[in-house]
Amino acid sequence: MFGKLSWEAVPFHEPIVMVTIAMIALGGVALFAAITYFKKWTYLWSEWLTSVDHKKIGVMYIIVAMVMLLRGFADAIMMRTQLAMATEGSPGYLPPEHYDQIFTAHGVIMIIFMAMPFFTGLMNLAVPLQIGARDVAYPFLNSLSFWLLVSGVVLINLSLGVGEFAKTGWVAYPPLSGLQYSPGVGMDYYIWALQLSGLGTTLTGVNFLATVLKMRTPGMKLMDMPIFTWTCTWANVLIVASFPILTATLALLTLDRYMDFHIFTNELGGNPMMYVNLFWAWGHPEVYILILPAFGIFSEVISTFSGKKLFGHHSMIYASGAISILGFMVWLHHFFTMGSGASVNAFFGLATMLISIPTGVKLFNWLFTIYQGRLRFTSQVMWTLGFMVTFAIGGMTGVLLAIPGADFVLHNSLFVIAHFHNVIIGGAVFGYIAGFGFYFPKAFGFKLHEGWGKAAFWFWITGFFVAFMPLYVLGFMGMTRRLNATTNPEWVPYLYVAMFGAVMIAVGIACQLIQLYVSVRDRNKPENMCEHGDPWNAHTLEWSTSSPPPFYNFAVLPKADVVDPFTEAKENGTAYKAPAKYEPIHMPNNTATGVVMGALLTVFGFAMIWHIWWLAIASLAGTVIYFVIHAARDDQGYYVPVDVIERIEAEQHKRLVAAGKVPATATRVETSLEQA
Amino acid sequence: MIKNRYPRLLGLLPLIGTLLLSGCNMTLLNPKGQVGLDERNLIITATLLMLLVVIPVIVMTFLFAWKYRASNTSATYTPKWNHSTKIEIAVWAVPIMIIIALGYVTYKSTHALDPYKPLESDVKPVTIEVVALDWKWLFIYPEQGIATVNKIVFPAHTPINFRITSDAVMNSFFIPALGGQIYAMAGMQTKLHLIANENAEMDGISANYSGAGFTGMKFKATATTQEEFDAWVSEVKKAPKKLEQAEYAALAKQSQNNPVELYSSVTPNLFQTIVDKYEGMKPGPKVHHEKKEKEVAATDMNSHSAAGAEE
Amino acid sequence: MSNLVTNVGHAHGHDHGHDDHHHDSGEMTVFGFWLYLMTDCILFASIFAAYAVLVNNVAGGPSGHDIFELPYVLGETALLLFSSITYGFAMLAFFRGNKKQVLGWLAMTFLFGLGFIGMEINEFHLLISEGYGPSRSGFLSAFFTLVGTHGLHVTSGLIWMAIMMYQVQKNGLTATNKTRLSCLSLFWHFLDVVWICVFTVVYLMGTM
Repeated sequence: MFGKLSWEAVPFHEPIVMVTIAMIALGGVALFAAITYFKKWTYLWSEWLTSVDHKKIGVMYIIVAMVMLLRGFADAIMMRTQLAMATEGSPGYLPPEHYDQIFTAHGVIMIIFMAMPFFTGLMNLAVPLQIGARDVAYPFLNSLSFWLLVSGVVLINLSLGVGEFAKTGWVAYPPLSGLQYSPGVGMDYYIWALQLSGLGTTLTGVNFLATVLKMRTPGMKLMDMPIFTWTCTWANVLIVASFPILTATLALLTLDRYMDFHIFTNELGGNPMMYVNLFWAWGHPEVYILILPAFGIFSEVISTFSGKKLFGHHSMIYASGAISILGFMVWLHHFFTMGSGASVNAFFGLATMLISIPTGVKLFNWLFTIYQGRLRFTSQVMWTLGFMVTFAIGGMTGVLLAIPGADFVLHNSLFVIAHFHNVIIGGAVFGYIAGFGFYFPKAFGFKLHEGWGKAAFWFWITGFFVAFMPLYVLGFMGMTRRLNATTNPEWVPYLYVAMFGAVMIAVGIACQLIQLYVSVRDRNKPENMCEHGDPWNAHTLEWSTSSPPPFYNFAVLPKADVVDPFTEAKENGTAYKAPAKYEPIHMPNNTATGVVMGALLTVFGFAMIWHIWWLAIASLAGTVIYFVIHAARDDQGYYVPVDVIERIEAEQHKRLVAAGKVPATATRVETSLEQA
Repeated sequence: MIKNRYPRLLGLLPLIGTLLLSGCNMTLLNPKGQVGLDERNLIITATLLMLLVVIPVIVMTFLFAWKYRASNTSATYTPKWNHSTKIEIAVWAVPIMIIIALGYVTYKSTHALDPYKPLESDVKPVTIEVVALDWKWLFIYPEQGIATVNKIVFPAHTPINFRITSDAVMNSFFIPALGGQIYAMAGMQTKLHLIANENAEMDGISANYSGAGFTGMKFKATATTQEEFDAWVSEVKKAPKKLEQAEYAALAKQSQNNPVELYSSVTPNLFQTIVDKYEGMKPGPKVHHEKKEKEVAATDMNSHSAAGAEE
Repeated sequence: MSNLVTNVGHAHGHDHGHDDHHHDSGEMTVFGFWLYLMTDCILFASIFAAYAVLVNNVAGGPSGHDIFELPYVLGETALLLFSSITYGFAMLAFFRGNKKQVLGWLAMTFLFGLGFIGMEINEFHLLISEGYGPSRSGFLSAFFTLVGTHGLHVTSGLIWMAIMMYQVQKNGLTATNKTRLSCLSLFWHFLDVVWICVFTVVYLMGTM
C-alpha cells in the first residue's frame, strides 16, 4: 500500500534532525496561523500563488532562493563545525552517514535551489521590463516552471524528516549512486528533486528565449538589448542546450535504479564513466548559467552608479557569447585524472584557458566603465568591486586547475573547493545580492537600508576570505575533499580559521536579514520611498515605469532605438510623456493550473521515491488530465479598459510631480512615443 | 564604515603570519619525488604568469574606483564615452597573449607529465598493482609475489609503475608528496608512474569520495633504500597470511579503517582476474558471437514466424 | 487586480488588431514549441550518445546482429512514415476548412501510429520473453532506452492526437485548434526524423 514507506523512515533517534524538524514545523504552524489570523489566504492565493505576472513570480523565486540559502548555509556551518571538531582522532559530532548527506545536500541546494532560483527570479523581475514587454512569452508556463522548482524544494526538504538524502556528493557518480552501493531512498530523492526542478528550468529557458526574440518593444534591436537581458539570454541558450542532457542522464540513472538496467553499472556492460561525461556536459555549462547573469548585474550596477554608458556594450555581448559556446567544450577538465591521455587532456585544458580571454575582457570593460565616471559607493557598487577583486583571484586558480599537470595534484583537493566557492560566492552570489539591492526598489517601491547592506558586504567579503583562503592552503597540504575527520595536526589551525570565516559570513547573512526588517519598517520614510520608479538615475526601460510597476508594466509600449533608451529620453525631455489617449491592454488571466500541477507532481515524485506505484500512476494521470482541462478552457485573457489605465497612470503622474521628475504644469497629453 | 574596521583586520595579521610560516610544510610545495617537483614548478610558473594580469586588474580596480569616486569632482567625467578601438584591442590582446604563453606551457607539460608515460631511468622499475576496495587499498607486488593492505614500501630513486583498478566504486589513487593521481575504476586498468627522490614516509589517500568509509581509506607509502626494501620483502614473505581466493573474498567485503595487512603470497594473476571480472565493459568475445547465433537460430524461427504473423 | 478590470472573455482577443503582442499568439506558441523540440532533440542526442557508447557492451549476450529483424522494423518504419503523410493531409484539409476530412485524416494517422506502437511493443515483448530484456546487458539497456524513449514520445503524441480529434469535433476549426494541430504536426514530423535516425543507427548499422 505505501511501498517502502513506514514509520521507520522518520529518524526519531537523531536529535539534531528531530530538533530541526520541530523548528520547521513550529515555524510552519506559526506562518499558517498568521495567514489565517490576518485573513490573507484569499489574497495569497489569488494575487501570488496563482499569479502569472512575471514580477510576482520573480519575487516568489527570490523568496525561495533566500530560504534555501539559509538551509544550505546551515549545512555549511554544520560541516565546518564538524571539521573543526573532528581532528586528531576525535570523531566530531556527526557520524559519516549524516555528514555525507549534509555535504551532498549543501551542494545540491546551493546550486539547484539557491543560485538557480535567485538568477531566475532576477531575470523574471527585470528582463521583460528591460525589453519593454508586458509579460513573458508564455505566462502560464512561467508559473508552471516556478511550481516545478517548488516541487523539487519540497522533496529535498522532505528528505530531512522522511527517509534520508543522498550520500554520494552532489555529482552522484555511479556506481556509488547505483542501487548496489546506495540502496536507500536518498538517491531517489536526489533524482526526483533534480528531475522536476530541471524540467522547470528547461521550460524557463524556452520561455525567456521566446520572450527576448519575440516580445521586444518595437524598435529595439537585438544588439541594443540591455546587457543584463543579454547575459540572461546567453544563460537561457545554455539552459536549453544543456538541461536536456541532465534530464536524460537522470532518466538513465533512474532506469538503472528502478528497472535493473545496466547503463551505468560496473556489471554486465554498464559504463559508469559515461555518467561522469554526461553529468559534466550539463554541469559545466550550468556554472556559466549561474555566473553570466551575475556578470550582467555587475555591468548594470557599474554603468548606472558611474553615471556612464557601459564601456564596450557589443564587446560584452560577444564576450558572453564566447563564454557560452566555449563552456560546452571544456567538460573533460573535471576529470583529467581519468586517464584520457595527454592529447585529449591538453585539448580540454587549452579550451578551458580560452574562456579566460573573454572573461578578462569583461573585467577590463568594467574597469573602463568606471574610468572617467562618477562612481557612487552604494552597497551594490561595493559588491561589484568586491567581486572584481575576488573573481580575479578565483579566475586565476581556475585556470591553474585547467592545466592538467597542476590538476593531477590539486584535483578533488580543498584547493578545488576554495576555487569554486571563490567564483560562485565571489561571482554569482555577490552578483545576485547586488542585483537584489538594485532591483528591490523596482519590485516594492522603497529602497533597502544602506548601512546594514554595507555591513553585510564587509562581513561577507572578509568572511569569505577568512573561510576559503585556508582551504587553498589545505589543498596544498594534501587535504582532499569530503573527509569527515582529519588526523594531521598541521591542518587544525586552518580548519579553525575556516570555521571562523563561516561564522563571519553568518553574521553577514544576519545583517541582511536585519537590513530587510529595518527597510520594511522604515519603508514610508520619504528618503526610502521611490515609487516614481527611478531611484538610481538609471539607463534602461525598467526604470521608466513606476515602482512597483503596474501589472501591465507599460501603459504604452516604450520607444527604444538606442542602447540606453531611458537615459536618452531623460536627456532630450521625452521621458514620462503620456500619450494623447490610451488603448486597452491585453493581459493573461491568473490560473491555478501551475500550482495544482506542481502539487500533483510533488506527490508523483514522492510516490516514485517510496515505490508507491498506485499513487505515482494516479498523480501522473491527474497532472495530465488537469493540464488537458486547462488547455480545453482555452483562456484568451482579458483587456484592461482605458479608464483603469488612466486612473493608474494619473497616480503615477502625481508621484512624478512630487518627486520633481516632471514639472507640475506639464500637460499630460502629448504625442505617444510609440506613435511618434 | 571602512575606517572602523581597520583595527579588527589588523588583529588578524599575526594569525595570518603564523599560518603563512607553517607553509613550509605544504606537501605539494615541498614534494619528495621528481613528478611532484615538476608539477610544483609548473604551478609556480603558471601562477606567476597569471599574476602579470591579475595584479594589475586588482590594482586598477582600487585605483579607478578611488580616482573616479563621485565626490572627486576634479576628475574628468565623460558620461557618453563608451568605446575606444585602441582600448578594446588592448583588452582583448593582453589576455590572449598571456593565454598563448600559458597554453604553450600547458601543452608541453601535459605531454611531459602524462601519468601513463614511463619515467626515464637506468634503474629497473618496481611494479605495484593497486586495487581500490570498499574502503581500503590492496597492493600486489607481482614480481615479489607478495601483497599488502594500506601500506607500501618501495626503493627511492627507482621508478614505480603503478597499475590501478577497483573492485568497488570509483576512487582516486594519490600520494600527494610524490605528485600525480589517477582514478581507480572497476573493469579498467589505469597507470601511474612515480619516483621518490629521497627516503621518506608519506601519506597516501583516496582523492575521490567513495562512501561511508572514505575518510579512513588511507595508507602509508615508504620510500627507502634498495637494501631495506629487499629486507622488507623477505620479511613479508614470512607473514602468516596468504591472499587466496577465500581470503580475497573476505577482504573485498565492506570494512572501515582497516589495519595494515601483509600477505606472504598471492594467487597468480589476481589483479587481472579482478579487472576481467567486469568483462561486460568490453565487447563480448567474437567466438561467443558465433555460438550465440547458432543458439539463437532455433529460437529465432519462433520470433520470425511470430513477427511475420503480425505483419 | 482582476476586480479593476472587465473580463472581455475569450475568443474576442483576435478581433483587436491594436495589440502588438497577442494577435499573433498562435505564431508565438508554434515558435515556442519549436524551441521546446530543440531541447527534445538534445535529449535524444544524449540517449543516442549513450547508445553509441554501449552498443558493443554485449556482456556475452546477443548483439544487434543477433536479434534485429530488419523486415519487421521496415514495416514499422513504413507505418510511421505513412502516418506523417496522412498528418500532412490533415493539415491541408484544415487549411481548406474541411472539418470532416481533418478528422478522417487524423483518425488515419492515429491508426498508423497505433500500429507502429503495437509492433514496437510486440518486438519488445518477444525480446524480453527470449531473455533479452534490458537487464541482460549494457547494449540491451541502451537499446530499450533509446527505442523506448521514442516509443513513449509517439504514445504521448497519440494521446494528444486523440484529444485534438475530440476538440476539433467539438469546437471546429478554430484558431486555437489550428495552433495546436500545427504544434502536434511539428512534433509528429520530428518523431519521424528521430525514428529515421533510430532506424539507421540502431537497426541498419546494427545488422550490417
